[in-house]
Amino acid sequence: MSESLKLTLKVWRQPDADSPGRFQTYQLSDISTHMSFLEMLDVLNEQLIARGEEPVAFDHDCREGICGTCGVMINGQAHGPDRETTTCQLHMRRFKDGETIVIEPWRATAFGVLKDLVVDRTAFDRVITSGGFISVNSGSPPDANALPVPRDDAESAMDAAACIGCGACVAACKNASAMLFVSAKVSHLSLLPQGQPERQERVLNMVAKMDEEGFGSCTNTSECEAACPKTISVTNIARMNREYLKSSLCSR
Amino acid sequence: MPQASQSVLNSHVPSGPIAEKWDRHRFDMKLVNPANKRKYTIIVVGTGLAGGSAAASLGELGYNVLSFCIQDSPRRAHSIAAQGGINAAKNYPNDGDSIWRLFYDTVKGGDYRSREANVYRLAQISNSIIDQCTAQGVPFAREYGGLLANRSFGGAQVSRTFYARGQTGQQLLIGAYSAMMRQVGKGKVKVFSRREMMDLVVADGCARGIITRDLVTGKIERFAADAVVLCTGGYSNVFYLSTNAKTCNVNAAWRCHRRGAYFANPCFTQIHPTCIPASGDYQSKLTLMSESLRNDGRVWVPVQAGDKRVPREIPEDERDYYLERRYPAFGNLVPRDVASRAAKERCDTGYGVGATGLAVYLDFKDAIGRDGEQTIREKYGNLFQMYEKITADNPYRTPMHIYPALHYTMGGLWVDYNLQSTIPGLYVLGEANFSDHGANRLGASALMQGLADGYFVIPYTIGDHLATHPLPKVTEEHPAFKEAEVASRHRLEKIVAVGGGRSVDNIHRELGRIMWEHVGMSRDKAGLTQAIEDVKALREEFWSNVKVIGTGEGFNQNLEHAGRVADFLEFAELLAEDALNREESCGGHFRSEHQSAENEAQRDDDKFCYSAAWEFNGVDQESTLHKEELEFEAVPLATRSYK
Repeated sequence: MSESLKLTLKVWRQPDADSPGRFQTYQLSDISTHMSFLEMLDVLNEQLIARGEEPVAFDHDCREGICGTCGVMINGQAHGPDRETTTCQLHMRRFKDGETIVIEPWRATAFGVLKDLVVDRTAFDRVITSGGFISVNSGSPPDANALPVPRDDAESAMDAAACIGCGACVAACKNASAMLFVSAKVSHLSLLPQGQPERQERVLNMVAKMDEEGFGSCTNTSECEAACPKTISVTNIARMNREYLKSSLCSR
Repeated sequence: MPQASQSVLNSHVPSGPIAEKWDRHRFDMKLVNPANKRKYTIIVVGTGLAGGSAAASLGELGYNVLSFCIQDSPRRAHSIAAQGGINAAKNYPNDGDSIWRLFYDTVKGGDYRSREANVYRLAQISNSIIDQCTAQGVPFAREYGGLLANRSFGGAQVSRTFYARGQTGQQLLIGAYSAMMRQVGKGKVKVFSRREMMDLVVADGCARGIITRDLVTGKIERFAADAVVLCTGGYSNVFYLSTNAKTCNVNAAWRCHRRGAYFANPCFTQIHPTCIPASGDYQSKLTLMSESLRNDGRVWVPVQAGDKRVPREIPEDERDYYLERRYPAFGNLVPRDVASRAAKERCDTGYGVGATGLAVYLDFKDAIGRDGEQTIREKYGNLFQMYEKITADNPYRTPMHIYPALHYTMGGLWVDYNLQSTIPGLYVLGEANFSDHGANRLGASALMQGLADGYFVIPYTIGDHLATHPLPKVTEEHPAFKEAEVASRHRLEKIVAVGGGRSVDNIHRELGRIMWEHVGMSRDKAGLTQAIEDVKALREEFWSNVKVIGTGEGFNQNLEHAGRVADFLEFAELLAEDALNREESCGGHFRSEHQSAENEAQRDDDKFCYSAAWEFNGVDQESTLHKEELEFEAVPLATRSYK
């Protein structure tokens, strides 16, 4: 396999939220296969700056797959072709010499484009504000070992809590549904004994907020799970539906 | 040489026996009654563990909190990347831990350059943090009986580290973020994301607000408050390549420094021993592999220099497990500074492995043989996966390549026992301050400190400030706001106006090379003097030849980066000055002139048993050195040994 690539990039360029966007084509050569995808975009931006053109805006921060800041559609796939991988963890060895790569922002009504590849995901913060917490103030809660948690429950809660809030699930979904994101938080907290007191109103409030923010309904096609860099399972959606139903029937 | 000042910094450490200081102090501090709390506004800058927990706790108490972050969401601050765990003196494993032992280990680990009273308080509070986070629903690892699990970490001989797989920082941060968002729902906390702090506003001698830039619209804004809490993390990115996230910067702290807050011990920087080595000159950051890997991984290089065989072909007796050889008591679990220098020593003398020779092996063969692959997968699965994604090597089959990289910065703005800086009303929490880790931080202690400061220290100490100062009303119309806003605007316009030929990233990379070469793992007088000259020259080049595309109007990541590099170029000089001034080796600061015959660090307690707090006198002006003498009463000064 060749150690360096020649690529054609088609990148979505949009000056701001209110202006129309379009694809712009760029040629790149001598891209090392050891580079990460974002390092490849860094190289593009350095070349644009050298030519006096505006660099491509994209969100990124930790570049180790945990902060959830980065994320673009790569050839129509959220975070690109690799499973369990954020855009920053995707490496250029995954691409072929001469390949054309189409790069777009997340597309969803609830995630407006701010510039180029950068979108506004504050809707997720508002969903968390509506109930994604356990109401304890800082102070003197009981000793951490006062309430044993079965190991399997703790592990399942951790599986759900691993969500990084990147929004790939929404971007991958035809309906731009946020069910995977919301259900991960609902599951994380409803699986733990600490989350029981607020279990009912949490799911009702979070689902209501999710709808209000303009996210669509679940398609049941599991595209979200396939795109999720942390392999959050769609069983969380099933759990959230059960929780929602139970809470709706039993709510005060 | 720097100007020395006779002024003595007042650390406001309460009197009395060390174990009683904090309780006594909490009683002595003045309180703000619940009805009055809602009359105060507090600005919290940064939403990592320190900032998130502070904003949540202050909101819960009834204060009006304005919370700012540069990320698109408060949940993304770089605390999220901490992998390994958080220490606490719970002694759940019954292996002899105690508050005193955690305190002792931290003072010793910091190479006797931290403030004893702060460290003791940290150890005391550590247990409450675990209780608090568990109550919030942080899914810590558990044993089959349902109780919390612990593991061991570098610099300790007990298992006191709580963890959530390899994502402990993420889970703790989500806990703090959730608590904070709950207060957003209650209207007590207002979040301003994608905002960068441009300046601190000091009115009538007290910190009364900040100037920010809206990173989407480019608008410069003013925010007034009764106190400002800075939780803006560390400055490792002055080295360009570090384990920090790309937006981590020194701006907020540096802007406060320029307004009068002293900067303490900037030369205390930590190099983390287990990072994935750099692969090319396009490298944008380095990725850390949790130190917890050293619990099961064994570090080695070939006995023969330049041995190019693949690791599996090198027989056991031709491998040098150099940490186990040099430090039999702690073995692979020696503190980070010791492990990093030992790796550098092996590579510098030609024993390094990999394409560049700048790597050592971290091998899990024995652990997999002993515990089975499944057990190792459960403990470190996500780390192994991350390693494989980056390198395309499978660490279950072949040893990892690792090399040290810049990671954490112990130095920061000087604060007293109340976490207040030298500017009244400006508090500094977490990695942004200098207080608890001395010259070297132990693993799993950063999360502990960030949360201790935010959940359990600032809620008390800020009340004392508000209750004991008259604080006349200051609005955004105060002349100090206008002056600071104009200065921020001019600075950005000046950067844009340069219109030179060299990119911001290119200048930042060169700064990183200068710093790594001369101010990195090993420092000496000639190199530091050279670095100071080089940094000055590079700063001049920045202001005459930097090329920024676009303007300050609207979204401009290129300009954001330029603003950060501009401050790094001022700060880097102070870092090197501090390293030059400290003619001793301690913790992460290693001066090659000061080492023992066995290449161990040699402290000079007669001359340097102090924290160096620097006062800003202007760019290109020498800073004034203020010394806070350190006294060790509970843990007598001793040579640090892990042999």
